[in-house]
Amino acid sequence: MPDSVARLGPTLNTKLFDEDVEQVAIRTGFGEGLVCAGESDPRVVVLCGDLTESAQALPFKKKFPDRFVELGVAEQNMASVASGMAAMGKIPFITSYAMFSPGRNWEQIRTTICYNNRPVKIGGSHAGVSVGPDGGTHQAIEDIAITRVVPRMIVICPCDSIEARKATVAAATTGTPVYLRLARNKTAVITTEDTPFEIGRAQVVWKSDAPKVGLVACGALVHKALLAAKTLQENGVEVEVVNLATVKPIDSDAIVALARKAKRIVTIEEHQIYGGMGSAVAECLAKNYPVPMHFVGVDDRFGQSGTPEELIEHYGMGRDAIVNAAHEVMAR
Amino acid sequence: MLLTPHEKLSLEKTANEIRESIIEMLVEAGSGHTAGPLGMADVFTVLYFHTLRQDPKNPGWDGRDRLVLSNGHICPVLYATMAYAGYFPREELNTLRKFGSRLQGHPHREFLPALETSSGPLGEGLSQAVGMAIADKMDGQDGNRRIYCLMSDGELDEGQSWEAAMLGGKQALHNLVALIDRNNIQIDGFTEQVMPLEPLADKWRAWNWHVLEIDGHNVEAIASAFDEAKSVYERPTMIIAHTIPGKGVPEFERDFHWHGKPPDAEQARMALSELRTLGRKIESEAE
Repeated sequence: MPDSVARLGPTLNTKLFDEDVEQVAIRTGFGEGLVCAGESDPRVVVLCGDLTESAQALPFKKKFPDRFVELGVAEQNMASVASGMAAMGKIPFITSYAMFSPGRNWEQIRTTICYNNRPVKIGGSHAGVSVGPDGGTHQAIEDIAITRVVPRMIVICPCDSIEARKATVAAATTGTPVYLRLARNKTAVITTEDTPFEIGRAQVVWKSDAPKVGLVACGALVHKALLAAKTLQENGVEVEVVNLATVKPIDSDAIVALARKAKRIVTIEEHQIYGGMGSAVAECLAKNYPVPMHFVGVDDRFGQSGTPEELIEHYGMGRDAIVNAAHEVMAR
Repeated sequence: MLLTPHEKLSLEKTANEIRESIIEMLVEAGSGHTAGPLGMADVFTVLYFHTLRQDPKNPGWDGRDRLVLSNGHICPVLYATMAYAGYFPREELNTLRKFGSRLQGHPHREFLPALETSSGPLGEGLSQAVGMAIADKMDGQDGNRRIYCLMSDGELDEGQSWEAAMLGGKQALHNLVALIDRNNIQIDGFTEQVMPLEPLADKWRAWNWHVLEIDGHNVEAIASAFDEAKSVYERPTMIIAHTIPGKGVPEFERDFHWHGKPPDAEQARMALSELRTLGRKIESEAE
């Protein structure tokens, strides 16, 4: 077994460093998860705003046509209608693009879902600049900030399609509002069926006994963080990588344990640096165990058209950017 | 006749007493909205004392009709009517807007669980009521209980109102009855100057709603409108209730300045005196 694979969490996909690693869109896992959740609980219903196929409600619609509602292009209405359905005992999932839900309908989510304490689940697809050619209007890079700030909201940013499926199934059972942050395009499958998933539990995906830097990543960039870890290791720099799939509630124990061990932290997310997952980690560490940090993310800019890879590189979130951030934080 | 003379008198007297309580609450609170609550006292009274299937001693009863108040700022009339209906002691009304009170400045169901929704931000109630009605249709409960939504005219400026209107029509929600408090005022002035809504009834008909227009101070008209809605099987019902903001206190009536302020002590004394005179008139006319 190559050393890089030996460092991986025991249940992860051992082919994740290969060129031909299996690629599946995170949103696809969400669509599968909706069906699983619907099978295990008849209260689960799905609402859609004219994006049935793209936002991955189609498999559920086919399986449970009587528990599917098409609302047209009306995300504000969708959030509040879901609140009303939850008031009557349903577990509604609202599905759209993250830019519009929870983007456009934020106040409806705050008031009619969270303030009202209704267990509505928000599936926001097309999060991040990796949406690609559609351009900046459709690339939600503020959604973690605006959801994690609302009381009662659980915020989950799965790292791959399998984790997205598990997170969707788990979201149906919380009795609370949940935001599921999903990406559009195909990305590497990192986890396996055996990888444990629990809301609120971070996971070490690359181990080290004596790390110089701790990398905390979420979403598809967990794969980039692992690629960076491999490069760093090849250059003699020990790191440990944590997948922080649940941004809220944050797994303080895991974050503090990593900071104690590594004394340096780099956060990696496909989101604005201001207010995102890195900010959540910084809040946690500033209070509990302050260490030097560096933030890999979008630096107060909007997205644009391009291929996903071009955009990840352009906005400084690729493997090399993560490697550089690790070196920078080590120099402090 | 839907109401006996005794029932009609009783509703009118109760509505007038609720108006008195609204004045007392507002002057005690020192802030809040006056015109809307006074204008809607008759509609609330008919709902809570004639129309709604409810059990005030068991507010969580699953078979109850659901009432969603969309324009949460008129909650003094909601709270007062609920107290008169027996949901909580009337003495509690003087805690309105105070720290620790169950009667929050805008309704919050976490503080007062008998409320169906928390509300205040405008244009969101009808969507929630539509969601409730859709869920009940899915579950075959649409014949067993009804969803009511009370709205203001001013909040129709919110685009979300019309998103909900379209969906309600599309889903043919016969178990949904909404009522607009058509009092023609909003904070900045008269609705037709701030943002014209007419032809209002036509707009709802265009979205395939069954539309009724009534005098919102005639308890018989209100009761029969809610009754007629029960016989509409293909579409949701919208009742446009023409009301007088500040109804019952001539100095407050039709003046949009009373939308968002409470009476001071002297104004409250005057208002209560006028409402008591009105109460005696209601009784004497019935004799």
